[in-house]
Amino acid sequence: MIKIIADNIYSPLGSGTAENYDAVLQGRSRLRLHEGKWGLPEAFMASLFEEGEIEGRFASAYPQAEDYSRFEQMMLLSATQAVAESGIDASSPRTLLVLSTTKGNVSLLENNSCAVTDSATHLSIAAERIARFFGNPNLPLVVSNACISGVCAIIVAQRNLQSGAYDNAVVIGGDEQSAFIVSGFQSFKALSSVPCRPFSVNRHGLNLGEAAATVVMARDTAREGWTLQAGAIRNDAYHLSSPSRQAEGSYRVLRAVMKGFDAEALAVINTHGTATLYNDEMESVAIQRAGLDAVPVNGYKGIYGHTMGAAGVLETILTMHALDKGTLLPTRGFDELGVSCKLVVVTAPTPTRKHAFIKMMSGFGGCNAAILMNKR
Amino acid sequence: MMKRLHTVHITHNQVVIDGVERRVKSCGKALLTELYNDEVGDYPRFFKMDMLCRLGFVATELLLKAEGKPRFEEGDDRAVVLFSCSGSCLSDMLFEETIRHREACFPSPAAFVYTLPNIVTGEIAMRNRYHGETNLMLLTRRNDELMERQIEGVLADSTCRSVITGWIDAEGEDRFEAEVWIANGI
Repeated sequence: MIKIIADNIYSPLGSGTAENYDAVLQGRSRLRLHEGKWGLPEAFMASLFEEGEIEGRFASAYPQAEDYSRFEQMMLLSATQAVAESGIDASSPRTLLVLSTTKGNVSLLENNSCAVTDSATHLSIAAERIARFFGNPNLPLVVSNACISGVCAIIVAQRNLQSGAYDNAVVIGGDEQSAFIVSGFQSFKALSSVPCRPFSVNRHGLNLGEAAATVVMARDTAREGWTLQAGAIRNDAYHLSSPSRQAEGSYRVLRAVMKGFDAEALAVINTHGTATLYNDEMESVAIQRAGLDAVPVNGYKGIYGHTMGAAGVLETILTMHALDKGTLLPTRGFDELGVSCKLVVVTAPTPTRKHAFIKMMSGFGGCNAAILMNKR
Repeated sequence: MMKRLHTVHITHNQVVIDGVERRVKSCGKALLTELYNDEVGDYPRFFKMDMLCRLGFVATELLLKAEGKPRFEEGDDRAVVLFSCSGSCLSDMLFEETIRHREACFPSPAAFVYTLPNIVTGEIAMRNRYHGETNLMLLTRRNDELMERQIEGVLADSTCRSVITGWIDAEGEDRFEAEVWIANGI
């Protein structure tokens, strides 16, 4: 049995899961309109750290540390807190490091500091530098599976622990925003210039965000924690950048993780909920096809924006903590249901006594993932 | 436990299928086009793909020909899980070029999508109608023991019968390598 024994969220809303949880409960968000940022011609709405915020915090926490990039510092500020809380030995060969990121250090390209042969922006190099910080001797794994990376990384960590090769795994998810990523999403016309409205009739796109989030996972532990009951990854086999109309992959992951599990026990389905027309519609189809449309759904993109490599980890952590406090968190930004299948969207903090949930994700490349988390 | 079925190995100037070298005329990027023309020919999406995807696409086309089973049957019992070092670095640089000069900043969605390293697994799934697991993992260097552990993990999903897997890396138009095979659960 694989459990999550410690976690951390480091975001523009706060450092640590508790600070983030309180901010979310108070309805706060750091989504702001950024005009002229990075010289981009078009303004964009995003949840970003203040300039110098990460670097300042890292320098005061680790004044002796070697030269880490802003992205690596953000990841480390989250990971070190989670590792400390867990009490595990991150330098042990029995501990595996799994990084979840889509673009890692890609902003370094901008500074023209990399020649074609330079590997500074390779995701695996960032992972190796983070492993070295902890003195971990193993080759770290980087899961880069578009938007579903975080959930995939948790599934990958679970399998590695089940193999018996490791006792603990540290899963660190994150992405920093940059002209590269923002202009890419702008080219897709996928960004909303106002705070996003997941599942709403008035939704017109997503917001981007930056954050790092970490879970520490352990095998066969007596410690209290959420159990990863089941996980699945499936592909739409339909299109690279738009989801299957029949929600083929998403439906299949829901069906796979719910096999033999009573839907009555589910407190909530925490969706991807990007507030793009296609994603939210597809998720509603998947949930209905899986027969789960009576289960409340929520989404956190209206708080944090789409935090990419962090999203799957961050949103799982937030849902675990909410259920620990007997609460379903609201879907910030939601107004009136605008998807074709009837969903029960959580709009205000709602009490619950249930202790199981699904975290679902979908991404470019046609990939979909879901995990079923349970706490007895 | 798993069994390794068929192997395709492609470098900038050599193609080896199940240990037998296939004669080729071209090298580098043109080698991949030659293989596409000889072995596929009717999937023009190929020409939209970046280097990493072209490499993954032709390598799996050769692999599936070697397997010799009926193609394009919808199902979720086959996964596509690949390992790489440089991932999407070539497409990253191409996309970066398009936004470098902000006064003439015209990023293209077609170019942006290939800056996600997992797109190659999506291309292969889409081509073959595989609804199974797709994933891409990055390592600083190839490590067969670690890769095998991941593939065993994929096969632990009770729906999964086989995995198209292996190492795929495109550092440049003349510097690339793919070694792919089919891992079957026993």
